[in-house]
Parts: sequence; C-alpha cells; structure tokens
Amino acid sequence: MSELAIDRQIDRSKMQVSDEVAIEINNMNKWYGAFHVLRDINLTVNQGERIVIAGPSGSGKSTLIRCLNALEEHQQGTIMVDGTELSNDLKNIDKIRSEVGMVFQHFNLFPHLTILENCTLAPIWVRKTPRKEAEERAMHFLEKVKIPEQADKYPGQLSGGQQQRVAIARSLCMMPRIMLFDEPTSALDPEMIKEVLDTMIELAEEGMTMLCVTHEMGFARQVANRVIFMDAGQIVEQNEPEEFFNNPQSERTKLFLSQILGH
Amino acid sequence: MSDVSFVRTEMLPEQAPPASEVGPIGWIRHNLFSGWFNSILTLVSLYAIYYVLSGVLPWTFQSVWNADSLNQCREIMMAKWGSTHGHACWAVINDRWLQLLFGFYPSHLYWRPILALVLLLIALAPVLYSERVPTKLLILTAAYPFLLPFLMWGGTIWGPISAALGFVIGWGVYTVASKQISGLIGIILGVVASIIWWLVLSSYFVGAMDSILPIGIEAVQSRQFGGFMLAILLGVVAIGVSLPIGIVLALGRQSDLLIVKYLCVGFIEFIRGVPLITLLFVASLLLNLFLPPGTNFDIILRVMIMMTLFSAAYMAEVIRGGLAALPRGQYEGADSLGLNYWQAQRLIIMPQALKISIPGIVSTFIGIFKDTVLVSIIGLFDVIGLASAIRADTAWNGIYWELFAFIGALFFVVCFSMSRYSMYLERKLQTGHH
Repeated sequence: MSELAIDRQIDRSKMQVSDEVAIEINNMNKWYGAFHVLRDINLTVNQGERIVIAGPSGSGKSTLIRCLNALEEHQQGTIMVDGTELSNDLKNIDKIRSEVGMVFQHFNLFPHLTILENCTLAPIWVRKTPRKEAEERAMHFLEKVKIPEQADKYPGQLSGGQQQRVAIARSLCMMPRIMLFDEPTSALDPEMIKEVLDTMIELAEEGMTMLCVTHEMGFARQVANRVIFMDAGQIVEQNEPEEFFNNPQSERTKLFLSQILGH
Repeated sequence: MSDVSFVRTEMLPEQAPPASEVGPIGWIRHNLFSGWFNSILTLVSLYAIYYVLSGVLPWTFQSVWNADSLNQCREIMMAKWGSTHGHACWAVINDRWLQLLFGFYPSHLYWRPILALVLLLIALAPVLYSERVPTKLLILTAAYPFLLPFLMWGGTIWGPISAALGFVIGWGVYTVASKQISGLIGIILGVVASIIWWLVLSSYFVGAMDSILPIGIEAVQSRQFGGFMLAILLGVVAIGVSLPIGIVLALGRQSDLLIVKYLCVGFIEFIRGVPLITLLFVASLLLNLFLPPGTNFDIILRVMIMMTLFSAAYMAEVIRGGLAALPRGQYEGADSLGLNYWQAQRLIIMPQALKISIPGIVSTFIGIFKDTVLVSIIGLFDVIGLASAIRADTAWNGIYWELFAFIGALFFVVCFSMSRYSMYLERKLQTGHH
C-alpha cells in the first residue's frame, strides 16, 4: 500500500475529542464456528475521536467494526453504542443502526434506485422524514460530497469513487453520530482514492466520530487521533499516530509497518 | 539498442469505418456469409424456410371459409382446386368460434366475460405500465378480484361484498390488536378473524342482506363454463395468486425459523414432485371423499386452487434463484441503514430479486397458462375438450388440423404477449451502463 499524499491543510479547529463516551467495548469475544476470531477486545471511543484500525488481512479488524452495528453477532462481553447496549433485542439493534453510519468496501448502493432515492430511502422509511425534507437533506449531502449533478442517475452509471461518495452521503442522510468505514478505498483506482479520502477528511474536520479500517497510512498519520493495530483477533498496539508510526513497540507492529510502508 | 523513448505530439482523430463494415452489405457479410460454412448454413436454412412456407401458406390461404360440414368443404375444394389435399377448411372455425371461445356460457350473457376481460386489462394497466397510467386506477385493481367472480358466476352481489368485508375485518382486527398487544399477535388475530368471517358468519350475512336488499344478476353454473374463456380465467387466477404465494414461500424457505422453513420446503418439494394431472384428479375426484356429504365445493374453484398451488411452488423456486443471486452486501447495506426485515425485503431485496427472476417468472406464467388445457382430462370443456366435442358432431367428424391450429394461435397470442412484455420490463428496469 502506498502512502498517498494529502495535499491540503487540515483544519483541526473542530477536531475536538470530548469526554462523552460514544462506544464502549468490554471483554468482547467472537467465534465463527470453532474459530476464535475476536479475542478479549476492550476499547473505549469518545465522541469526536478519529480512529484508524490497521492490521494484516484476517486479523479481525473488519469483523470488529461490523460487530459495532450488529452486522456480526458477538458471543461474549458487552458493546455499548451511544448508551444503548447491543443485545439480541431487535429494537436496540435498529436504534443503533440508525445512529451509526456505515461505509463498505464495495459501496453496497442499491442499484435499482437512483442516487437521490438511495439517499432518501432510510430517512423516509426509518426516520419517517417527510419526502420533501428528506430530498432537501439528500441534496445537501450530495453537494457536500460534490456530486449533486448525479442525483437522478443510477449507481451503475457512476465511477467507483463517485459511488463511494454517494455511499458516504447516504449514511450521512441518517444524521449519524458515529461513522464506521470498512476499507472504503480498497476497491478503488488510485485516482479515485483521493476524492474519497478528501470527503472523509472533511467529515473529520466537522468533528464526526469515525472508526476507519483502512490501509491508507497517510490518512491515519494526518487525520486520526489514535491508531489501533490488530493481529490474530486481538488489539496488539494502540497509540497516537506520530508515536505509532515513528516508534512502534511490538515486533508484530514493526514487521507490519515495514511491509506496508515499503522501507 | 534502439531508442525506446516516444512522445505523441498530437492525438489521433476519429475516422469513419471502412465500407465493408457498415450498411446493408456489411450486415449481410457479417451475419449471413461470414465464411464458407456459414454461407452453406444460410443457403440450407433459406431452402428449409421456403419448403415449410410453400406448404403452410397455400394451406392457410387457399382455404374454405363457408361450409356447413366437412363434406361440403371437400366438395368446394374439389370444385375449386381439383384436390382436397393441401387446403384448410376454416369453415369449422367460422361455424364454432363462439363455442370455442365461451364454451356453453349462455350466449345472451357473453357481454359479462367480455366486460370482465376488458376490466382485467384496465386493472392490469397501472401494474404493468406504472409510469404511464394514473395510480388512481389501482382502486380498480384492488376491486377486481371481487368483480371477476361476480361477473363470471353472477348471482347476488352480497357474495363478493362479503368476501371483501372479510379482508376489511381482518385488517381492522390487525390494526387494533397490533397497537394494543403486539404485531405478531395482531397478524394472527386478524387472519383468524377473517377466516371465521368467511367460513361461519359470511353465509348468514349474505342470506340476511339478500333477503333485505336482493341485488344480483343472472347466475351461471360452473358446468356451463368452457372454451378459451376458461383457460384465461384459470390462468389469470393461477398467475395472479401464485406470485404473492411464491414470494412468501421463497422467503419462508430462507427463514431462520426452522418450522416455517421446513413447512415451506415440504410444501414446495411435495407439489413439485407430483404431476399436475394428479393434483387435478385429486381436485375433481378425491376431495369429494374427504368433504362432508352434500358440500358444494365448486369444481372450477377446486381446479383454481390446485393450479395456483402448483404454480406457486415453481414460482417460489424461481424467486429463490433471484434471492440467491443478490450479493450479501445488499442485505448489509439495508441492515446498516436501520431498515427492519420487512422494509428491507420490500424496498431493497424483492425489487431486485424479482427483476433478476423475470424470465423465470414469466416462463412459469406461460407454463401454467398452457397447462390449463389439462382440465379437459377431468371433464371440463376447455378448448381441447370442445375440439373433441366438435369432432363428435357428424358434420365435422374427422377434422383436426384446423381446430388445433386455431387453438394454437389463441394460446400463442397470449403467451407471446407475456414474453414480449417481460422483455420490455427487463429493458425498463435496466439501470446499469447505457
């Protein structure tokens, strides 16, 4: 993975980490059948934090953030999101899902709906927002991700980078307090990675709480306030980005960084 | 070593393709004579087409349209062409077409099935061409299931009204119960209330209302139904009802609830494992053994139920194929936005799964529509049954081709329309690159 240069000044004035806890994970364990995929995860995320989760493939980083909105079920331990505990109660799960936005590696836009309909669907059906208001809000966020002119097209007519920006806008339309990114740039051409990263940076500048699984170390260095390194289903190391990249402690982290940064 | 460095100073403009690639000549070269083997195939095919048409066209068009019997037909042919061979006797169709279309339906009431057909087309319009037809017409679509039996069988108007009331009562009970208790119990109570209404209370209601306010039209018995009308009636009901049942079965088969899942699997596998003819014999003969003596369970209704169940089992498998073709990401996308199960199914999953399944669904529709001719085996006078009946008449004894050609043409028109509509629909729902 190359380290893509971020050629802009990042406005840090609103990147404030508050004392309020957004996500709290205690002693969480998860198995796929007999395979112990997440092992004793403990993590507290405060409101306004920008966390990058890195690690080799198969280390459980995607599984971890997919547990946070119950796309995956955990078997032991507790997860509290915004004060609501993730349990088997469907009402809690739906509540958390509507508060937590998620962006996927393969966008997962709905190909049978236009861009605008993709963005208004959940606000109209889940939040019961009036259609007109939902459309106005959708256009607002589409302008924010810089593709308002594509509103009436279908996802299949857009480039990968545009689709991913629509996916981000679609999540934002639900006014989430937390955004999860599951390798948002891994399926994109290099030219398009930048436009998606720019959108994510803007989001960070507005103070959004973000958890990103990504291999974009430039983003981690400049935007994140904390980098978490996972291997074999556990959190191996976490630190501020400067320390993490310049002074990694564990041997595993050093090896990983030397491989992806190509030293 | 030569110098490998190269820099293009100006970009190449677009040029017109060579003449051999475009226009009619290009088309013929590409599609008919692109090599010696393809050229031979083209010539052989052209000869085969000529051979078939040279037989069929004279038979079809050098034909007799007015005669009272097959013998008279043959006399006219001898007089005109000096041979009875190679000429159609369409006089039989001219003589009996009304019967082939309507069976023994009373001729002064023909307007009723015709009106039912016209209303069917109007009721289908907002469903089939949703973007061109005002959605208000959907009211007619909703009323049509109750209008159809009233027009076809006639009798008191309170019957269909009572049937519709059953749905209203079920819905009412559901809305009250789901607010007071819970959604699932609401559904169960609503269904139970509707069933109680239909099975127990509805007959008293119809009787009472009929004695107070007797409104109705002349009743027609089921045994008078027949002809192509019967095929359309059975086909429309089987097609219209089997699609929703098929969707429910397909979802049930994918359900996490084990009992629901295995009930659906059992139903689908049983129905698909049994020939339709067997089911029809069960409907016509065996059911009478199980029902209490004296029950009047209409034969056409029984056949409708069997054909619907048969078609629904196939439909469920076709739709399951569509569901399986959807990437997991679509479910996750819907979940991550907080849509609940039914919203996700209705708004995200089903529209796409059904779109993928369109060719299979329409094939099943066409199949079940053509299978309606099997009812002639259990003694209903559909077109095939009537063709035999017409041959039993001494005037037309021995005539085969013309009757079957006519029946074939009737079915072809309907099936071909369905097929073309499905292609139109696929094009319309295409949302990828244009």
